[in-house]
Amino acid sequence: MTDELNPRGPHEPCDCEGEGSRRLFLGTAVAAVAGALTGCGKISREEFLQHNFRELSKDEVNSVIARLEQEYREKYGKEVHVGNEPPLPGVIFGYALDLSRCVGCRRCVYACVKENNQSRDPQIQWIRVLQMDKEDGVDLQHANQYYNPEEVPEEGHFYMPVQCQQCSNPPCVKVCPVGATWREKDGIVVVDYNWCIGCRYCMAACPYGARHFNWGEPHVPSADVNPETHYLGNRPRPKGVVEKCTFCIQRTRKGRYPACVEICPTGSRKFGNLLDPKSEIRYILENKRVFKFKEDLNTKPNFFYFYGV
Amino acid sequence: MSPLTTRSRSLAWGLSLLLALAPAALRAQAPPPPSADGSTPEGIQVPKPPFSEGIFPCTNCHDGKTVKLNTQRRQLKDMHEDIVLKHGPASRWCLDCHDAKDRDKLHLVSGEKIDFTVSYRLCGQCHGDKYRDWRVGVHGKRTGYWNGQKQYLLCVNCHNPHSPHFRPLKPLPPPTPPQLIQGTKGGSR
Repeated sequence: MTDELNPRGPHEPCDCEGEGSRRLFLGTAVAAVAGALTGCGKISREEFLQHNFRELSKDEVNSVIARLEQEYREKYGKEVHVGNEPPLPGVIFGYALDLSRCVGCRRCVYACVKENNQSRDPQIQWIRVLQMDKEDGVDLQHANQYYNPEEVPEEGHFYMPVQCQQCSNPPCVKVCPVGATWREKDGIVVVDYNWCIGCRYCMAACPYGARHFNWGEPHVPSADVNPETHYLGNRPRPKGVVEKCTFCIQRTRKGRYPACVEICPTGSRKFGNLLDPKSEIRYILENKRVFKFKEDLNTKPNFFYFYGV
Repeated sequence: MSPLTTRSRSLAWGLSLLLALAPAALRAQAPPPPSADGSTPEGIQVPKPPFSEGIFPCTNCHDGKTVKLNTQRRQLKDMHEDIVLKHGPASRWCLDCHDAKDRDKLHLVSGEKIDFTVSYRLCGQCHGDKYRDWRVGVHGKRTGYWNGQKQYLLCVNCHNPHSPHFRPLKPLPPPTPPQLIQGTKGGSR
């Protein structure tokens, strides 16, 4: 029972319960059990008893955030701000990537790692850049993500960065057995890392390979931790949970562009509000040759690829 | 109006007030707009044009006295010999874009003189399709706020106007293959 509830892997042997009388154990209140358990485990009583993020009251959210900030302060020795900005009204985020301009330099991959506190070791990267042959077009069978020449772009190749497509009909959300991942009103698919049980069904369901699992304790050097975070986004994650691109929720809900958009040296990445007819993204959808990746799967991505020339 | 734009507007007011109060001497020696990030007459926020160190204003040398005006097409020897002109037909040369009489300006085909901060108008004369895309934010890069103040990059921030082909880049390291990550899986840390 306790192991099932505990999302952080095997329950470590406990020496604080002494005699282990079954009667005594049963007589104890649930909270006390949790407290006793957590005395030996790694998570606090509050964390153990925390509900799904969507069920928390305002006060509860505040106390959860205060607890997390305290935790991060102790772990990294610096102030980490955890925000919980709600979706902006009248906004659904859309993203478009210009395949005719991307040169495959991977600046976006590392800007994303830095902005979103991805584990450096073991390595986790939310963006994967695929190199493909111009002759063959988008052919995943022969795509190469490990290319490493002196200079890019290489003759006869084009590059296709893949990250979470923020589907309107997300298969990952459908399969989650505990409701730890969902689509927000602004179209961002998020994960509650404190509710995720690490079953990785979502990873199996995602046709884009956009979800990543913390197999090991994520490691980010203190100096490199980005202190501006969001509860549903780039706050430091525990071991044993799934994470993914959130369109830089901590930035975009404050009006800023995602980190990958701002770093791209070729300006291939475009971002904006799909509901605003004057936005760049709408112009692209209305005037350029656009496609959705794996459209036949009916995932309805809000991420588009286009040809600018 | 969103609170963001209101704020940036009041900021702009504050800045202009500061500028107005700055010592007259400082103002007198300050070169025209290209000196700082700023907005063009159309209100487009652009960064400083990427001049080589100390090269602007051009009238430091091209004042009509130190360097005499020479409209002869020729191979440059004494200065600017580092500039490789690889932009369109071979007949193109400096004074097609740079104004001969006012060296701190560029000129359009019409003869209209323009500042370096609006060089996109010059580029747009030939590259109309790119210019159109740039104006709506599809070609080139914008930074800042998707719902507010944006900064545009000028054409010349990415394309050297003298040889505009986008330079190849060294890619950042490829991802670690999963079999190599396995070694550290939950191990040492």
